Amino acid sequence: MTNLNLAVATSLNVAAPAAVQGTSTAKITARNLNFYYDGFHALKNIQMDIPEKRVTAIIGPSGCGKSTLLRIFNRIYSIYPKLEARGEVMLDGENILDPRYPLNRLRSKVGMVFQKPVPFPMSIYDNIAYGIKHYEKLNRADMDIRVEQALRQAAIWDEAKDKLKGSALGLSGGQQQRLCIARAIALRPEVILFDEPTSALDPIATGKIEQLVEELKKDFTIAIVTHNMQQAARCSDYTAFMYLGELIEFGETETMFTRPGKQQTEDYITGRFG
Amino acid sequence: MSAISEKLYRRRRLKNNLALALASAATLFGLFWLVWILWTTLVNGIGALKPELFYQMTPPPGEDGGLANAFFGSILMSLLAILMGTPVGILAGTFLAEYARRSVLGEAIRFVNDILLSAPSIVLGLFVYTLVVRQMGHFSGLAGAITLALIVLPVVVRTTDEMLKLVPSQMREAALSLGIPQWKVTVQVLYRSALPGIVTGVLLALARISGETAPLLFTALNNQFWSHDIAGPLASVPVVVFQYAMSPYDTWHVLAWAGAFMVTVFVLCISLIARAIIARRKVAND
Repeated sequence: MTNLNLAVATSLNVAAPAAVQGTSTAKITARNLNFYYDGFHALKNIQMDIPEKRVTAIIGPSGCGKSTLLRIFNRIYSIYPKLEARGEVMLDGENILDPRYPLNRLRSKVGMVFQKPVPFPMSIYDNIAYGIKHYEKLNRADMDIRVEQALRQAAIWDEAKDKLKGSALGLSGGQQQRLCIARAIALRPEVILFDEPTSALDPIATGKIEQLVEELKKDFTIAIVTHNMQQAARCSDYTAFMYLGELIEFGETETMFTRPGKQQTEDYITGRFG
Repeated sequence: MSAISEKLYRRRRLKNNLALALASAATLFGLFWLVWILWTTLVNGIGALKPELFYQMTPPPGEDGGLANAFFGSILMSLLAILMGTPVGILAGTFLAEYARRSVLGEAIRFVNDILLSAPSIVLGLFVYTLVVRQMGHFSGLAGAITLALIVLPVVVRTTDEMLKLVPSQMREAALSLGIPQWKVTVQVLYRSALPGIVTGVLLALARISGETAPLLFTALNNQFWSHDIAGPLASVPVVVFQYAMSPYDTWHVLAWAGAFMVTVFVLCISLIARAIIARRKVAND
């Protein structure tokens, strides 16, 4: 019952964002979402909206299920056995958990950037071109343009333009992560999921990624899992606080960090636990 | 430092020295034989090297000759074995690592593969003897190559499996999250990452079969003359070495040493190449 109330509160919050410029409709909607890890009930009845072209941060202590939740949105969890999601996750009105929903189309719409940057063992250029080639037949010149666009959009062009043919493994960690972002946006997805994208990076590289996330929300819907509360406060419009597999509170970031509605949220944000 | 701890310290140092001495002695004991074998092969082998080795055939007793037909037979059968064993091995290894990693079936196949990996090669020789030689009615290079392929197979299965398992799961996730189907991800991304390891595995398999004698005795037998007919008996270096070394003729002994030396050098080179590939891969991963 509390969960239902929460769902109502959640949609109310989303429907009337005050601090964020303009209103936004929900791009992804999770309803009665449960997740089981080999029998273990990891997500409990999640109701949540991810607003379009906004940054939504998902925070919470380790093991609360925030990454699990994120990994449902492109069904990447399904590559492992014994994992099961039940409920509904609507993307543009279609339930992506429906087995008939084409998996690869879902992933072309919902890109993902992971905690550890993992460039493919190929050149910087090919890292970007590889995904594009799968979807589009482009001639050399058009491909060059697409690769440059993606690299520019991910703010890595200036550092990479002179070594496009060089191995992507020669880049620094922060550069690799921006390359991975470029790789994801090169496919022109609608949503980008970030799973703790800066936890392996130093503060300067982290700053660049955060700036980039800010830029990217003009074109993409963004969900970012982070264990860094300052990061959530800095670069998100909405924040979801999760604890022990439940969505405790969801709201505008400003409200969440200044006047949280729940004691647990306040305790976590002020550093009393977690 | 108090007297007691001083005593304890001295006792520990004594124990340390004793253990170190025993370990060193064991190492030296092992190395001694190894070096002796290599040294003998080297001295006798280098003395037996001559250009005729590479263009004259294995001679009858008392005549001069070379090992050309044996070298050719060995190369031909080894290549055929690699050509037969590698594709099957890589596909099977890929199945194990990518499609049956945690399944009961996968574990069962892995277990059986491990048995095949350590099966005595003479058993494989007898198997192919029954299956191929007896059916064909005569010994053949093809039967020899099939036997060697059966030795290559489990090595390649194992290394492909292991090397693909070493590719971080994040790489799979990253590639799959682009919406690219699993088989494409495997072929275009994961193989690329695991390739040096797989190539190393194939090279080590090649090194292993280049010295195999027992399985060829039952299958390819031997051939005193030049032959490139894989349907007939074929000479090979290890079998010639075996035959000549057991003979009472000095000229044959010299040729046996030359053959032994060449095989040893070949295996050494293969191992060095394999090590170089592994070393380069390590640098690339750092």
